[in-house]
Amino acid sequence: MNGPTRTASVHATRAVERSLAGRRHRSLAASVFLVYLLFSTLVGLVALFVLLFTILRDGLPYLDPTLLANAPSANPALAGARPAIIASVMIALVLIATALPIAIATAVYLEEFAPKDRWWIRLIELNIQNLAAIPSIIFGILGLAFLVRGLGLGPVLLAGALILGLQMLPTVIISAREALRAVPDSVRQGGMALGATRLQVVWREVLPAAIPGIATGSILGLSRAIGETAPLLMVGAATFVSYNPGLLTQYTVLPILIYQWIKLPQADFQGLAAAAIIVLLAILITMNGFAIWMRNRYERKW
Amino acid sequence: MDAPPTTTGTQPRGLQPETMAGASNESIELPMDQREVVFDCRELGVRYAGVRALRDVDLNIHRNTVTALIGPSGCGKSTFLRCLNRMNDLIPSAVVDGACLYHDEDLYGPQIDAIEVRKRIGMVFQKPNPFPKSIYDNVAFGPRVLGMKDGLDDRIEQALRRAALWDEVKDRLRQGALGLSGGQQQRLCIARALAVEPDVILMDEPCSALDPISTAAIEDLMTDLKSEYTVVIVTHNMQQAARVADMTAFFSVDQGETGTRCGVLIEVDSTEKIFTKPSNERTEAYVTGRFG
Repeated sequence: MNGPTRTASVHATRAVERSLAGRRHRSLAASVFLVYLLFSTLVGLVALFVLLFTILRDGLPYLDPTLLANAPSANPALAGARPAIIASVMIALVLIATALPIAIATAVYLEEFAPKDRWWIRLIELNIQNLAAIPSIIFGILGLAFLVRGLGLGPVLLAGALILGLQMLPTVIISAREALRAVPDSVRQGGMALGATRLQVVWREVLPAAIPGIATGSILGLSRAIGETAPLLMVGAATFVSYNPGLLTQYTVLPILIYQWIKLPQADFQGLAAAAIIVLLAILITMNGFAIWMRNRYERKW
Repeated sequence: MDAPPTTTGTQPRGLQPETMAGASNESIELPMDQREVVFDCRELGVRYAGVRALRDVDLNIHRNTVTALIGPSGCGKSTFLRCLNRMNDLIPSAVVDGACLYHDEDLYGPQIDAIEVRKRIGMVFQKPNPFPKSIYDNVAFGPRVLGMKDGLDDRIEQALRRAALWDEVKDRLRQGALGLSGGQQQRLCIARALAVEPDVILMDEPCSALDPISTAAIEDLMTDLKSEYTVVIVTHNMQQAARVADMTAFFSVDQGETGTRCGVLIEVDSTEKIFTKPSNERTEAYVTGRFG
């Protein structure tokens, strides 16, 4: 009785060993594939690091208080980016005041109140999806036709900010809707069962619970708008602005100033452009970092 | 909505606590029928997107009793429960027919506001669903929304005491509710419902996500609550129905010729009778474990 059983179990053990040992020797195809994956990852990383390295190398010597405090000048020793930095910040503020509330309200309506089975609601949803994929230069043309010329605003900061806001709407709406959808239905049911109206439940429970997700999406949308150039070129952002911009004055923003400086022949301006890129990067990394921090800090497990 | 005869706050709750105390221990049949009828459902039915899920429920639910709704999955017992506080309204495709009288007023009448209904008829769900905020704010949600702002702290303490949770949470009212255990969360949800002084508490399988000790705590709570409230509970657990309920309604599924399935009420009686000598053979098959 004992003999055959033991033999069988020894066989089984060996089979297991063999199959486990087999895991150590990857087939050639698998190795090639892994190398390919690693290589693909490195392409992106290397490109990023080369870019960062050159920019830091060229820009750091020029990164000084003059860059932040002075206005652009024909003399590279005196040239700064102050009006552009101020304009970029002002645009961000206008976006926060106009586009964000509209986008969040739209998301709340579509997600919490809209009759989802109606054709016109589906049409709106489809349009928002499509708008998110439209090239930014098209938004620029729209802004030129309707805001700058149609409304007669002229090539002022407000027009540029509004068109960036329009461009930002679809992405923020979509991310805000996702954040609202992540709030479990049990929260809504729990509130409604207590005799609250749908509006009260949304205002007091659903929206606060979705705020971290909405904020993350909003900040990412904002930082994209801050780095945007093409639509602003269309709506006539100036390249040389030596005064502090107002809502209804000509303006330039950091990306356009960078573009302008790079075109100049003097080597010093190339360095200034690199320094301005560092400033822009710092602003964007700070905003994205804040978004990530918000997400981790307030993330909820349901 | 025109106020039904019994509204919150105006009339003392627990109309017959003395009779109740004796009643629940000795013979439960007699006082049961004499108690005021809270819900009088007549040929109540529900369709989802045109498909009938429940039909012809004729059922009375009496004041200061615990009524259990039992039956196999898909028999419409949760659907029925959700008719009682118009939670089915939240499902756009749901249509309720028949009549559901609450203190002689049809809940589905044209002048009735579902929001008003839900203020008086509270609900506790299968999965504990506290709001992602502090314990205090969870219980305060209802009173704040309904504008009952006077003596909020007392009201919250009272609700937590009645839900047998006060001693466990009194030192951490400002901490997050999601940090509580499952059983505590469920009692918090009960406290949240009690804080708006409802007339009726509906419970949809309140213990199915809980361990036995938490379940026992909630069951004890139900027995306490009936002196002041009317309790209706859906449960999959027949022992639970036998332990806590005065009245038990057995629902089952009728299979149509075309393969359609529709929930029906088979029998309603005192719990003792349902579990010892039911009058319908389908009830007997179910409660004895031979499901047919």
